[in-house]
Amino acid sequence: MLAACGLRSANELFDQVPAAARIDHALNIAPGLSEYEIADTFRALAAKNAVGYASFLGAGVYSHYRPVVVDTIVSRGEFLTSYTPYQSEISQGTLTTIFEFQTMICQLTGMDVANASMYDGSTAVPETAMMAVRVTKRHRILVARSVHPEYRDVLRTYAKNQGLPVDEFGYDDESGKVDLGDLDAKLTRETACVIIQSPNFFGIVEDTNAIAERAHAHGALLVYTFAEAVSLGLLEPPRAADIVAGELQSYAISPSYGGPFAGIMAAKEQFIRQLPGRLVGETKDTNGNRAFCLTLATREQHIRREKATSNICTNQALIALMATVFMELYGKQGLRELATQNLAKSRYLASKLKPRFNGPSFNEFVAIAPGADEINRRLLERKIIGGLPLARFYPELAGTMLLCATEMTKRADMDTLAEVFNS
Amino acid sequence: MNYPEKYRYTKEHEWVALEDGIATIGITHHAQSELGDIVYVDLPKPGASVEKGKTFGSVESVKAVSDIYAPVGGEVTEANDLLATKPEKLNEDPHGAAWLIRVRASNPEEFPHLMDAAEYQTYVGAES
Amino acid sequence: MIPSKVRRHLVQNEHLIFEQSSPGKKGYQLPALDVPEVDSVAALGAGNVRAAIEDFPEVSEVEVIRHFTRLSTWNYAIDLGMYPLGSCTMKYNPRINEAVARIEGLAWAHPYQPESLSQGAMEVTERLEQALLEITGLDAITLQPAAGAHGELTGILLVRAFLEAQGSPRKRILTPDSAHGTNPATAGIAGYEVRNIRSNDQGMIDLEELARAVDSDVAALMVTNPNTLGVFEENIVKAADILHAKGAMVYMDGANMNALVGIARPGDFGIDVMHLNLHKTFSTPHGGGGPGGGPVAVRKHLEPFLPVPRLRRLNDALTWDYDRPQSIGKVKAFYGNFGVLVRALAYIYAHGGPGLRNATVDAVLNANYLRHRLRPYFDLPYDRPNMHEVVFSDDRQAAKGVRTGDMAKRLIDYGFHPYTVSFPLIVHGALMIEPTETESKRELDQFVEAMIAIASEVDDEPQTVLTAPHMTRTTKVDEVTAARKPIVRWRPA
Repeated sequence: MLAACGLRSANELFDQVPAAARIDHALNIAPGLSEYEIADTFRALAAKNAVGYASFLGAGVYSHYRPVVVDTIVSRGEFLTSYTPYQSEISQGTLTTIFEFQTMICQLTGMDVANASMYDGSTAVPETAMMAVRVTKRHRILVARSVHPEYRDVLRTYAKNQGLPVDEFGYDDESGKVDLGDLDAKLTRETACVIIQSPNFFGIVEDTNAIAERAHAHGALLVYTFAEAVSLGLLEPPRAADIVAGELQSYAISPSYGGPFAGIMAAKEQFIRQLPGRLVGETKDTNGNRAFCLTLATREQHIRREKATSNICTNQALIALMATVFMELYGKQGLRELATQNLAKSRYLASKLKPRFNGPSFNEFVAIAPGADEINRRLLERKIIGGLPLARFYPELAGTMLLCATEMTKRADMDTLAEVFNS
Repeated sequence: MNYPEKYRYTKEHEWVALEDGIATIGITHHAQSELGDIVYVDLPKPGASVEKGKTFGSVESVKAVSDIYAPVGGEVTEANDLLATKPEKLNEDPHGAAWLIRVRASNPEEFPHLMDAAEYQTYVGAES
Repeated sequence: MIPSKVRRHLVQNEHLIFEQSSPGKKGYQLPALDVPEVDSVAALGAGNVRAAIEDFPEVSEVEVIRHFTRLSTWNYAIDLGMYPLGSCTMKYNPRINEAVARIEGLAWAHPYQPESLSQGAMEVTERLEQALLEITGLDAITLQPAAGAHGELTGILLVRAFLEAQGSPRKRILTPDSAHGTNPATAGIAGYEVRNIRSNDQGMIDLEELARAVDSDVAALMVTNPNTLGVFEENIVKAADILHAKGAMVYMDGANMNALVGIARPGDFGIDVMHLNLHKTFSTPHGGGGPGGGPVAVRKHLEPFLPVPRLRRLNDALTWDYDRPQSIGKVKAFYGNFGVLVRALAYIYAHGGPGLRNATVDAVLNANYLRHRLRPYFDLPYDRPNMHEVVFSDDRQAAKGVRTGDMAKRLIDYGFHPYTVSFPLIVHGALMIEPTETESKRELDQFVEAMIAIASEVDDEPQTVLTAPHMTRTTKVDEVTAARKPIVRWRPA
């Protein structure tokens, strides 16, 4: 091959790289390992993490069972090793799965249109804010303090550089729901959108309709976000919202130390051209057969460049496919039954502890826990990872922790946890 | 292609017709044929104001977006509703039924400074 | 000509899942509830409980398996053959990477579990940081961004934060006309205006044009190196000097870093900040459009601004440091696409230092081989040695009425994925071809034969090319109607 290129040595390939730019040493990275050594190395690393613990952590990342079928499907090379489906004729597999994904997200959220997925819940939130700004031509963002703290962090990072002031409104000290009085006080004619999460970071289900009325009365959009997608199987969909964004990690996506996950973004029909990210549409091929293709691409960066709705390029196709397989396996009955089990487990645990808030909770709740760190330390001795002490994100909630119970949480572990808590 | 004599034309391939102080603005046959199948037209609402030389909307094909620039400034009195449901009309009849907006021209004297049909024809010939 | 790499075989039809649904079917099983049942309406309030999810599918497990397996056969994939998409770096995705990412202690690590029980995950992060710093020659790195474009945004926000701390964020980002679309889009999202810099007649940064454009309002130049023509920017050091002299910085889009690993380091040629695409250079699977990983490496002066948290080694333990007053904040929840990081580290371990360099050499050799084999048949507007990809123009074929997009579709009939069409914008009717190191000479030769056959079809039977593909289950799709009357979800008839 070198001869075909008119070269004598491989080094000549790099004659175009000026000497000043060339590396002057061999990379200081050890020589390659065999497959066995690689597996062994990572097994040793994994063993330094928690293995064999029961866990009550939720807070945006949930332990739900992953049906075996999910990995069977996503391991198929045709899904795993294909590119973004720009070439429709040889990408109908991926395109069809995304079309089903978009449809099910609409069915679950009560929205009219959904995109092909976002990086995750945390990055979907600032995208909703930017979208609301485009739609309303207003510039202020109003976000509930009960939205996931890390989602709000990401929102601030994005908003700051676009000159979009972010104001926060509080939660009610008794119910844990948003403080409607504070919302009323902070809504203005400049508010582009109100962003809430439900169930919120404390696990409490919000009164979406009441919040929507207030936002709409001021000409602002309502953005509904969720971190625990299993709730969608049981909770009334947020039909009063204008934009819905959220995290699908609960749908057969491993916690994986925080990623990769898949976010969603859905909206009312009239906002379709302001939606960021990829969209798959139905059409026909030249033989008149149903076919799918990426559509409304003119919203996107590779065409509109600096005027694009977002700079987002990747979606999370393979991760969204995990969620798609999960949704189809569980189906209409399963998602409801799964959510109902989560509710029952969490309520059982709550009955043994002292909840901090009295609003309706789904599968996690804030428990009063004086000396939360000490409780967690004692739980670790029993091979239990306790809840998330909230002082880290909410100084005023020191002495409490956020606890989660799912279909995978065993009664015996909940009893042990309660015993340690109450001793 | 016949470019109507009564219109004036811009280098960005818009046409404009002036009648009783109201300017009707569209894009030319040349513009639509360069874009190919038009799938969406984004126009300002009546009451909005447009500024001469500034973009006031866009026309999209499957894989391209073109901004449309105002040949004259003024207040929008009407946007062509037909294009919201039938963007393909812009391919079929760009100089007629598929006009884009009507504007109450704030400076009608700007009108003669644009190209006439013959000049535009030459311009398009030279460009392609 | 009958293509030799493919022939027809049966492919199953498959309806949408909604059209196969029948009431009562299920593909899941939950354990029996070991706690008392709870009445949802009583627990949550009637207004908070939904009715059944309308039109949601109800199917069995085997129906799900068949559904997705049938759909999968309608896709092309690297596992089926060469995927010469320029700029996308479609290389083989090693399966050991998939296996190690699924090890329980890694896959089930919760981001809020105690640091004392997360040391393995943190060590994966630390080791990958070290390897990527060695590869880029830069001083500090964050693994938080979720993808390339996300890394770009992070990088530009770092530039902005640094300049702001100096007094003014400045106004403008420069991008060459050969840039990826994400570059200007990113600059816009980061609050900058964008100015395009015309390339010179070699397709390179025009130093004079650049010098004229750089003033005290310019924050940074965003440059891809090797550029999107697949050519090393020979004046990169001088370009960086021009920016630095005015207090501006150079951002490198690392999409083409696979041409440099082990050969040249951005830290050595004047780059201040760059992103890497783990799903390109470091072999993590594209998965039909994600997930990705977009680490951002920087020179020392940008380090204080990196996203929180930063990984620190204190005594013998790793810890996350949130106390970073100058940080731009978080760009994503938690610590990045950890599962992707695991795969990238496994790739680095499999190759080792010498192997990484070999992969670069093979990728560049493969691309040069294609340039030599194909140049008699296609116009090469910038005829010079290339790195990892080569860009032809369709000028010769366009004269016969056949464009790059038409030939790309015809390539499908020969058993290959199309090359990248009509990019970069500075080449008229571009055919952008990137073979990667994955391809053997045998696969490359088959590709060359297919391209030559298509070139002769353009001469002899252009209609065959213009109406391609002919061998696929789905023929050309009507994208115009899809865009005019968008149907983006299924609804019952």
